[in-house]
Amino acid sequence: MIRHALTILRKDLTIERRTRESVPAMALFSLTVFILFHFGLDRDSLDGATAAGVLWVTLLLAAVLAVNRLFAAEREQGGIDALLLAPVGPAALFAAKAAALLLYLILLEIVAIPAFALLLLGPSLTSALPELLAVLALADLGLALVGALVGALGAESRVREVVVPLLFLPLAVPVIIAGAAASEPLLAIDGGGGELGRWLALLGLYAIVFGLVSVAVFEFLVED
Amino acid sequence: MYGSGLRALSIASLAALAAALSLVFFYAPLDADQGFVQKIFYLHVPLAIVTLGGFVAGGVLAIRHLRTGDRSWDLRSYVAIHLSIVFGVAVLITGAIWAKASWGHWWVWDEPVLVSFLIVFLLYCTYQPLRFAIDDPDRQARYASVFAIAAGAFVPLNFIAVRLAQAYTHPRVLSQTGGNLPGEMRLTFLVALAAVALLFVTLWKLELTSKNVAAQVKRLRAQLALDSRAGELARPVTAAGARSAPANPAQPAAR
Repeated sequence: MIRHALTILRKDLTIERRTRESVPAMALFSLTVFILFHFGLDRDSLDGATAAGVLWVTLLLAAVLAVNRLFAAEREQGGIDALLLAPVGPAALFAAKAAALLLYLILLEIVAIPAFALLLLGPSLTSALPELLAVLALADLGLALVGALVGALGAESRVREVVVPLLFLPLAVPVIIAGAAASEPLLAIDGGGGELGRWLALLGLYAIVFGLVSVAVFEFLVED
Repeated sequence: MYGSGLRALSIASLAALAAALSLVFFYAPLDADQGFVQKIFYLHVPLAIVTLGGFVAGGVLAIRHLRTGDRSWDLRSYVAIHLSIVFGVAVLITGAIWAKASWGHWWVWDEPVLVSFLIVFLLYCTYQPLRFAIDDPDRQARYASVFAIAAGAFVPLNFIAVRLAQAYTHPRVLSQTGGNLPGEMRLTFLVALAAVALLFVTLWKLELTSKNVAAQVKRLRAQLALDSRAGELARPVTAAGARSAPANPAQPAAR
């Protein structure tokens, strides 16, 4: 199963490397949203709760783009039929899609976090970086699992571009609660403090619940 | 056959609602703090509990659908979620009225139950667009069931997350609902809860019956159209061409 998942993942990454449909769009989108926030809030530098909110809202909105494109090859070019003909289980397909989304999110953050620190963030990021990375890693895992499920749910819909954000964003509310609350003290001017452990536990619980649910129901999205 | 027990259920829920309302207005004591306004509690909280129960029940019914492959379970799940959305609107309206009357604002963000409920409600509002944007009926049922299960799992998770977020800024006593109600209030509340639950079940069964009957009528119509066409084809042989005028479509149905 792991071998199958890796094969599908390699296929997705090859497509992404050649077409550059998702990651550059996400990165550009996040920069644009930072500019929107700069003018919308009319602030040159942010810290604390505002900074955390802007960062997490931007990341979530950029993630929607990738979720929308996640099953594009399967849907538009009939790749799903080929996958169903191949002896590949639904769990492998789900794992591959979630892993691809996880990678896209990490690539997005490699661009978006330094850009955010450069453009909008007031306090320096260096001291809080390890904690922030831990929060981001767990949040990305949860978002990737939910995103893969939502992407598959929306794939067959006529109004996919509408349904995907409407499903994904409410489902991501616990992630933004935990992510923003955990990074608020990390991005504050005086820094430190906060109850990191509790929010990491919540993010972990979220990833576990949606991982289990997705694996249990994913086969019904790809059969026939 | 489809509507069996519907009459008894309707009468029971009507009686329960009447009992609940008379208890609310004539038996339950006035709240010391909030006075008469607090009585909306007996409508709002049961509605909210039944709505969330309906969402979770939709998920459980969806599991049965995916397990058995029987589409009638999907119909049950769909009707439960559909009704819960309608009840959810009532919950949000009664909640806003209560909030305005007792706290002075239509909406308060530091009430975790209210906020979680809104998020869950918004998520479920996507159920119908998702469902009806898929053409193939079999796939529509499966996708709707997957949504119902994922969203059903999300309900408790979301309540935990929002509760944590509130506790972070506003430490609060967790056991405020139900635990410390005086006897008369508790009795009234329980009767109101039972009445609203009965109402939900009655409406659920009613809509299910109506949908089943509509489907059967459609099936019979199709059968009828098929039979009448078959009758027309058969006529030149049996009636030996005596009647060449186009047949009244209603006639061949009486077979």
